[in-house]
Amino acid sequence: MGSPPWFFRFSGAVVQWLLPITIGLLLLGAAWGLLVAPPDFRQGNSYRIIYIHVPAAVVALVGYYVMALAGAVSLIWRIKMADVTMRAAAPVGAVLTAVALVTGAIWGKPTWGTWWVWDARITSMLILLFLYLGVMALFEAYENKTAAARACAVLSLVGTVNIPIIYKSVDWWYSLHQPASIKFTGESAIDSSMLYPLLLMITAFYCFFALTVLLNMRAELMWNHREANWLQQMVRKV
Amino acid sequence: MYFDSLSAVWHMDGHGFYVWLSYALTFLPVAIMLWLPIRRQRQLWQWIVAEQRRVDSRHVDAQSK
Repeated sequence: MGSPPWFFRFSGAVVQWLLPITIGLLLLGAAWGLLVAPPDFRQGNSYRIIYIHVPAAVVALVGYYVMALAGAVSLIWRIKMADVTMRAAAPVGAVLTAVALVTGAIWGKPTWGTWWVWDARITSMLILLFLYLGVMALFEAYENKTAAARACAVLSLVGTVNIPIIYKSVDWWYSLHQPASIKFTGESAIDSSMLYPLLLMITAFYCFFALTVLLNMRAELMWNHREANWLQQMVRKV
Repeated sequence: MYFDSLSAVWHMDGHGFYVWLSYALTFLPVAIMLWLPIRRQRQLWQWIVAEQRRVDSRHVDAQSK
């Protein structure tokens, strides 16, 4: 599975389907959340930001685990493909974290009366953004790319400490940010007319993450193997 | 559909600015993140094709001499 030619062919087939599915789900979820779902009885229409804010934040957290896991695999088994996965996930995670922070700030203005507050949830999300950016910058800082990948893997693994802190922050330090509305166990504190479009958007953002990571990996592999036989032959066949 | 008119969709009872701004600031980076690697793949593919043509034509030249 770690072989680049196999991965390139497999991911090509996946991307072909995942691209239209992702775009379709994103547009459908946005239309549902913006136009069809009812307004919140306390917040009015501003709550519609939830349909991008929560999915972006959820996938930014899960994406960090994906990156750290790839880093661990690369450290332990020295699999080149794991390096490529780790590096492909970092910019996507960074963008999703930034989207969660920016949409959160915009949502905060009409709801809390402020763009920014040093609340535990928001601060720990800002640290997540710096971790993602740190992994990206660290790789560029090294001349030796094998050492760079190793350093990035260590940094991403150390950073996983932050993820449960983000997750639990709304319960441990209760201030402005509201606690989770969707629960894995027991009744969710959100009506199904709002829950369904939210779940759809979370699915759409997972698809977006998977798709973008695959695309980044393919671009990286093409560059690394631009003179390899298998890629030369693949190009000749088309 | 919850809203009665297009202008109601736009204004959202005074929250339109916040809602539309946050959707714009989400979909723009999402589109860019999809477009960048696709463009890079296409450029690399074209580069490989051009390189192969160059090598092939050199072979043909060498044979004809």
